[in-house]
Amino acid sequence: MASTTVFGSIADYHKGSIEIVSGDPKHYVFSNIFEVASKSQPYERVVVGKNLEYVQEVMRAEGTSPWFGCAHDEFALCMDGEVEIELVKLAAPPTGKDGAVLIGEAPHETPKGKRMGLIRLRRGHQALLPAGCGYRFTAKKLGVILQQTILGELSQQKWSQICLQ
Amino acid sequence: MSSTAVASTTTVVSTDPSNENGYRTFKLGKFELARDEYFVTIRWPAKGQTRSHQMSAEAFLRACMRDVAWNFFYGWVNFDHVIGTRNLYGQVDMYAGSFNGVMKEAGVDYTERFDAGHIMATFKAILRDWVNEGFDPFAAPVETGTAFGTKQGDNIAAIQRTRIATQRMPGLPGDSPLRDDMPINRAFADVSQDEPEIVAEPGFEGQLHAFSLFKYLSRSDVTWNPSVTAVCKASLACPTTEEYILPVFHGNDRVEWFIQLSDEIVWDVGDKNTGSPRARVTMKAGDVAAMPADIRHQGYSRKRSMLYVWENVTPGLPQRYESGELSPYPVEF
Repeated sequence: MASTTVFGSIADYHKGSIEIVSGDPKHYVFSNIFEVASKSQPYERVVVGKNLEYVQEVMRAEGTSPWFGCAHDEFALCMDGEVEIELVKLAAPPTGKDGAVLIGEAPHETPKGKRMGLIRLRRGHQALLPAGCGYRFTAKKLGVILQQTILGELSQQKWSQICLQ
Repeated sequence: MSSTAVASTTTVVSTDPSNENGYRTFKLGKFELARDEYFVTIRWPAKGQTRSHQMSAEAFLRACMRDVAWNFFYGWVNFDHVIGTRNLYGQVDMYAGSFNGVMKEAGVDYTERFDAGHIMATFKAILRDWVNEGFDPFAAPVETGTAFGTKQGDNIAAIQRTRIATQRMPGLPGDSPLRDDMPINRAFADVSQDEPEIVAEPGFEGQLHAFSLFKYLSRSDVTWNPSVTAVCKASLACPTTEEYILPVFHGNDRVEWFIQLSDEIVWDVGDKNTGSPRARVTMKAGDVAAMPADIRHQGYSRKRSMLYVWENVTPGLPQRYESGELSPYPVEF
């Protein structure tokens, strides 16, 4: 009998649970990325995992994002929908800060540098966002991105709103 | 009880094959490890007596295989509620009862410290001798032959697989390979095999990189064996495919995180030092949960699932958690 692989989506997810014997459910910092995306603003970077300075951020992919840049590698995993990523080799890469930062003169103005190309992701696809590059996302229909990065000035921590308690 | 002298020899000590079942018996310091048709029996000294413990041979071999493949992993690898190893990074403790609250209290526990090379050589020799032809300790039970019976050949190819190390991301030049030439696992036959579309501007060919992580995972030929797929400084994405039972109770020497990519896993969580139950955590697709630094956990996956294990390999973390400098819980809210 063929088995069916169950992937979640922002339109169809089922959150798990914790049965406590001793201790506090908060210790497990339990959330669901699709639920988080369903309640987020487009491209708001909501932290769902934090291991000291390292984080996993969830973004609701909807429309076109501002341009972001980062001094270190980041990795974007498309968990739902379809996302296009434009990349620019920045003339003035961000330095001295961890995590993603906004770049460009205005939020949607293309930053100075050479266009590198674009990557189109569907569910389950992972892209490298190289250190020193600028990038922005475009999603023609609602999607969800899980981003492996470092805590930065754009990271939003709302643990009490997203976690089981 | 414990032995503080470090056994540094890399010589594997074993008997000749048994006339009854064909298996060798191994000595590791003061531990003795023997197997027969169904069981592995471990013996150690405590309170002036020889103590013993038995495990299913299949369960022991599955656990031992992970300990070898993971190079003793992060912290404690409990083969069951009695036997296990603790990675001290260069040295490894093997213990019996030392992290079982009742046995520790009774004083019938025993720990002995070994150079990592010595215990690794012994465990590899055990796997070479005790894994029979047709049994793959990495495979789901429905995908492999039996671990039981008298000695029948070996399965050297199956026991030489390890965690795949990656410098940055699989598929980049000089980095770990993708799995395009491996078959799709039967449980993931419905997983899309399409790849991202990459359009590079002239002069940037080969500098943009993406791959299908779900395709990559659908072609994994092992269970409960993470492979690194993204490296952000000391932050490692280590996704893996899971079916049946995690063969060990992993005791954390740091916080690790799980992100359930597909299907469902139920985790039994216990106290790291005593094994006392603390929680059952049911994770469905899209769920994220931390495994604190003071627990042990064992997972159950009815259907083969994709799990994103996320590790922090910053040097010195075990000492910082053990000293109390870092809270075992990653976020206060």
